[in-house]
Amino acid sequence: MEQARVNHLRRLILKGGGAGGVLACALAAGVLRPSLAHAADWNKAAFESKTLADALKHIGAEGAAESADIHIKAPEVAENGAVIPIEVSCRMAGAESIALLAEKNPFPLMAHAVLANGTEGYLNTRFKMGQTSVVKVVVKAGGKHYIASREIKVTIGGCGG
Amino acid sequence: MAEPMKIRTKMVDGAAQIFVLMIHPMETGQRKDPRSGQAYPAHYIQHVLATLNDKPVLDMQCGPAISKNPVFGFRVKGAKPGDKLVVAWEDNKGEKSRSEATIA
Repeated sequence: MEQARVNHLRRLILKGGGAGGVLACALAAGVLRPSLAHAADWNKAAFESKTLADALKHIGAEGAAESADIHIKAPEVAENGAVIPIEVSCRMAGAESIALLAEKNPFPLMAHAVLANGTEGYLNTRFKMGQTSVVKVVVKAGGKHYIASREIKVTIGGCGG
Repeated sequence: MAEPMKIRTKMVDGAAQIFVLMIHPMETGQRKDPRSGQAYPAHYIQHVLATLNDKPVLDMQCGPAISKNPVFGFRVKGAKPGDKLVVAWEDNKGEKSRSEATIA
């Protein structure tokens, strides 16, 4: 079923006039790495992990090395836990993916982005957090995982009813 | 049909800075209706795929912790004005959306 959904998404992308043919040629020529196609399956095990350690394990980032080259820009105190802006940028060359995790969220893994074809090690988004927690950012570069942490205090949670 | 995305791009130091805003409730499945005590069913975007001139540049998976009406910003080095950007998302209920933009 997961596979079917991914195919749907791909079809959606291909819908643009003539683009399908171009992409099919690119695939046939092996220009697009097959690993990217695999990365497109929603990682249910990782997103449904209830602990940070499990989530890290399921994205293959166990034992990631602490790095000072990952810069996390986020408020120290978030007044509204439902909308916390975060900007991640990393100085190491060849960033392949960025994952965002919040230790105390019911499901710690928040997002996992695979970067390709010139996309820089940078990601900007907004996320929810129910309570004060340490936020972890995992960057994969040159086949190795690096991790950085940052505590964000929440005065009003963003997950409760 | 989902509302179209809002896409903004600008060139910064030889890279295209791209911002995408999606209109989506991003319901976590944990929030309860105060009257009935029943949890609102989870409804959130799981996949986001961005392609530039048909090459994937950002292939992202999301959980419900991304805020309502998600915003994603990313930078693509080597992108040029006039390049065609396509962004598509799909949520856990199978709803989909697709938008196109040109790098400014």
